[in-house]
Amino acid sequence: MSVIDVSREHGLILSRVEISRAAGPHGGRRILGPVSLTVPPGEVVTVMGPSGCGKSSLLALICGTLAPALTGSGRILLNGEDISPRPPEQRHIGILFQDDLLFPHLSVAGNLAFGLPRGLRGRRARRDRIEAALAEADLSAFYDRDPTTLSGGQRARVALLRTLLSEPRALLLDEPFAKLDVALRDRFRSFVFDHARAQGLPTLLVTHDPQDAASAAGPRLQIDAEGRIADGRRTGRDHRPGNIT
Amino acid sequence: MIRCRLPVFSILLAAVAAMIGFGGPAQSMETRSWAEIVQDATGQTVYWNAWGGDERINSYIAWVGEQVKERYSVTVRHVKLADTADAVSRVLAERAAGKKEGGSVDLIWINGENFAAMKHQSLLYGPFTEMLPNFALVDFQDKPSTLVDFTVPTDGYEAPWGMAKLNFIYDSARVANPPVSIAELLAWARANPGRFTYPTPPDFLGTTFLKQVLIELAPNPAFLQGAVENDAQVEQMARPLWEYLDALHPYLWRSGETFPASGPAQRQLLDDGEIDITLSFYPSEASSAIANGLLPATARTFVLDKGTIGNTHFVAIPFNATAVEGALVVANFVMGAEAQAAKQNSEVWGDDTVLAMSKLKPEERKLFADLPQAAATLAPDDLGPTLLEPHPSWMTRIEADWQRRYAR
Amino acid sequence: MRRRSLLTYLPVITLGAFLAPVGAGLIGTWLPAFGYFPTLGGKSLSLAPWKTLFAQPGLAESLRLTLLSGVLATLAAFLLTVFFLAACHGGRVILAVRGLMAPLIAVPHAAVAFGIAFLIAPSGWLVRLVSPWATGWDLPPDVATVQDSNALALTLALIVKEVPFLILMTLAALEQVRADERLAVARSLGYGPVVAWLKAVLPAVYRQIRLPIYAVLAFSLSVVDMALILAPLSPPPLAVQVLRWFNDPDLTMRFVAAAGATLQLLLVVGAIGLWRLGEVVVARLGCAWIAGGQRGGDGRVTRAISAGLLQALVMLASAGLFVLAMWSVTRRWRYPDALPSALSLDTWSRQASDLLSTGGVTLITGLVAAVIALLLVLGCLENEWRRGLTLSNRALWLLYAPLLVPQVAFLFGTQVLAIQAGIDATWVALVWSHLLFVLPYVFLTLADPYRALDERYARTALCLGAGPARVFWQVKLPMLLRPVLFALAVGFAVSVTQYLPTLFAGGGRFATLTTEAVSLSAGGDRRVMGVYAFLQALLPLLAFVAALALPRLLAGPQAGRRGLQPRTA
Repeated sequence: MSVIDVSREHGLILSRVEISRAAGPHGGRRILGPVSLTVPPGEVVTVMGPSGCGKSSLLALICGTLAPALTGSGRILLNGEDISPRPPEQRHIGILFQDDLLFPHLSVAGNLAFGLPRGLRGRRARRDRIEAALAEADLSAFYDRDPTTLSGGQRARVALLRTLLSEPRALLLDEPFAKLDVALRDRFRSFVFDHARAQGLPTLLVTHDPQDAASAAGPRLQIDAEGRIADGRRTGRDHRPGNIT
Repeated sequence: MIRCRLPVFSILLAAVAAMIGFGGPAQSMETRSWAEIVQDATGQTVYWNAWGGDERINSYIAWVGEQVKERYSVTVRHVKLADTADAVSRVLAERAAGKKEGGSVDLIWINGENFAAMKHQSLLYGPFTEMLPNFALVDFQDKPSTLVDFTVPTDGYEAPWGMAKLNFIYDSARVANPPVSIAELLAWARANPGRFTYPTPPDFLGTTFLKQVLIELAPNPAFLQGAVENDAQVEQMARPLWEYLDALHPYLWRSGETFPASGPAQRQLLDDGEIDITLSFYPSEASSAIANGLLPATARTFVLDKGTIGNTHFVAIPFNATAVEGALVVANFVMGAEAQAAKQNSEVWGDDTVLAMSKLKPEERKLFADLPQAAATLAPDDLGPTLLEPHPSWMTRIEADWQRRYAR
Repeated sequence: MRRRSLLTYLPVITLGAFLAPVGAGLIGTWLPAFGYFPTLGGKSLSLAPWKTLFAQPGLAESLRLTLLSGVLATLAAFLLTVFFLAACHGGRVILAVRGLMAPLIAVPHAAVAFGIAFLIAPSGWLVRLVSPWATGWDLPPDVATVQDSNALALTLALIVKEVPFLILMTLAALEQVRADERLAVARSLGYGPVVAWLKAVLPAVYRQIRLPIYAVLAFSLSVVDMALILAPLSPPPLAVQVLRWFNDPDLTMRFVAAAGATLQLLLVVGAIGLWRLGEVVVARLGCAWIAGGQRGGDGRVTRAISAGLLQALVMLASAGLFVLAMWSVTRRWRYPDALPSALSLDTWSRQASDLLSTGGVTLITGLVAAVIALLLVLGCLENEWRRGLTLSNRALWLLYAPLLVPQVAFLFGTQVLAIQAGIDATWVALVWSHLLFVLPYVFLTLADPYRALDERYARTALCLGAGPARVFWQVKLPMLLRPVLFALAVGFAVSVTQYLPTLFAGGGRFATLTTEAVSLSAGGDRRVMGVYAFLQALLPLLAFVAALALPRLLAGPQAGRRGLQPRTA
């Protein structure tokens, strides 16, 4: 349930998050928000909206990779801790884009090893972990392969594995299914959601495809072209949608 | 008859020099003995800035380096210049920056206008030549230009190194009877249009050609040894030169509309068959160029019957040189009989000595007598009289006028 | 937020390292131009040097030659580049040409000039090949094909040298503006290939290549080494004349030289201004033309002509280089022999001992300068990415200053500065002076690929828990390996060709292949020039080959399966 409750220990919680331009001719202009929502562990919350409404910026803000021309405000809590002051690499938030973005200079295993936390020590142990992950995704044969030689579906799965191996505490999905063809899309969707649920990850999905939202089967939030929350649940007295001043 | 001109000139020179207040070789300010200087030079590195356009000269300088390393433990580094002015620039920049010692140039191969400028601007160390033991062997008598460089007294600020003399190289396979005077050269050019040219002034060989014509045609060449007095004098003295060039240019290579960049460039034109006659400052250049595969075996040398311009080239030490003692040792070594004889060998370089044979020991004289004689080199007696360089002020005016007249 | 590290200050440090010498150099030239140079007795400001300058005979002709060759060469190189790329876009020719251009950039200007001079001279190779049996010329004809009175030979050589640079710069820019998509749209609207390119791609691309074009213009207007070989010399183009004044034994001519150098700078600024004006006019007319809807033909004629011209240029350059190589092993080769009559390796063996030391100095200086430039450029670009700043246009101009300002106009002043700082004639000064010219080219080569790298890779890596440093070293650098190595090779090549900076900053302590080549070329021996020009070209060529081969080697045996193509689009 995406009801604001800051006291809740687990999950990803956004509280009065806003994004505006930092400087320049449109300085200070708000482009998104305020948004408040809660993503409990294992649940998928979908944010929908037309392109350009700031969905991707919202994800970038959560990751900590917001373009420097933009500034964000509000609180981002992960499992009870405000992660906003942290650099992206210490937030433990995994993200998947519509492109797999596998590093072309690394093999499939190299990509997965890149995601594997440093804490897992020993060549053998790291290798085992990667092999197990590949086996579980029916990709065992591709350990040493160049990612560019894989099919689109295989690449998408490797990308998800890479993210999951980094042991994220939340998962962000930036239209990760948009580029897959229809048959593949359904399978990959359930592959992603199954894994996210199995690992109890709070998952935030950004999309403009209603099918994605339907398949996620979680709460939905609609953002309009001006970045206001146009539709969706009322999220508390102080968080009326569209109360932009 | 012509030859008696020489003493006249030197007397004139001495008079001019006395007039402007420069006496003979000045006294050295150095108080150390030569042995002490040699001692102090040990272990020094001398950066010798010298024009690097000729492989043979470069090898000769390398040989000098080996010798002084062996004998005096002085290391010579040849800084190969495309233009001596680069070294002058560097010394100038160092003075502009207030660097009074520890300069980057220790020894410069220099003469003429560059020397005059550096001396005038007090950019040189010295006087030092009196300190050098070998300086006493120099032929001041018959080679007055060893003391007076382009009419400027050296005053001990540069040590004579070699003698240069304008001569002409032609291909005997194509030219049977080369012209032997400036007047004949014009007639020859008329008969063979497009087959002669000279390097573009201010290249020094091109300028030397202008001087040669000027001296040979001027109504009163003795005036050329003094500074320019007024415009009327320049007008009067140079009028025959301009009339001559006006007549000559239409018959030059490219109809006188463009000129080769330098002496070497013109030598290349001779080898390519684009022209038949080129100019040179080293009497043995034809021989060594043949030996070196740069000219056909049929190349020969000629000079003009009224004499050609000759001068001396020197080495000087900048005021802020780092290795002064080492530079002195090198300057002295290259003035010695052994180095001078090696240099005069046309298979090595072919640059005439500055020494007086009469002052040498018999075994030293033998070094010179034993030098091989090449077919394309004229014997010393056939080189004809040496004409002295005019005062630099003349050339400043002549060069500017040349640019105005012919550089469209 | 992130703490301010050294990286933050890198752009400032870089620009400072650059601008201080150039600025000081300019001041050191402007003061004497107005009569102030205490070392030579000029203790007050005056206009006397300018009066003397304008009274110099042949100045007008010098200016005419300079403008004619500089503007004509730039215009021709630009037009050829544009029409060739427009006509051949996407074709296989482009790939072939791209491979050829890098080596051509590597060849030093003097070598190109020398090669061309020997090809087209009346006693040159082309005439030798057909004489006397076909022409009847037992002696070479007395025709000015080099050093011609309109400096057309110089213009030709400049075009040969500048087209490769412009083509590579434009190709890089094409990737940035997504030319393929633009073309596809225009073609689908019924435009012919050339017109589609001109109307839909050129306006966007031109913005990207404007600075390189200005650099070409500035270079062509101030070129010295090529002019000495190919331009008429009485009077010569302005840059050569200024150098002559600087080298005049009469040291008071330095005031005139300084004024001349300033005039040279004004000329470059004026020509760039004029070009800018031309841009405005052409843009106006171009807008009308674009709106006019002319679709254009299939571009076959343009393709044939432009590809033909380009081939001719490449052939001219390679024939020139071939001839150079031939001269280096020649003993005798006289007119009208089509080939040398005697061959020998003497020239090589005589130079061998010097070659080792000069080659070593050249190699080390070039590598160090290129690596420092690369580090600075990477640092600036990384800082730009982390802080989300892009260099403003004004800063870019500053970066280009050493390329736009004629070398003679500031090197003397820079030399004085170096001496005052006590670093003249040291290796530090040498590398620094090279950096002034290496850095802009490295920046130029690397900035676009670096900025074009899909930043989501870096974001993904960050979210996978990698810190910015790890992202830089393990993700960006490997993905950009090719452009990085290419930039390194470009920087190295630029360093190898530096003559005046080496001369001024090195204090004669450092002999490089180029200083040796220039001082030996004063002696006019084609065989020696052949050896040095060949080596001067060879070192950068090896660098380019290494830049291409290294990524493959680093990738190891898996290279086949795991292509190292960075996706930079």
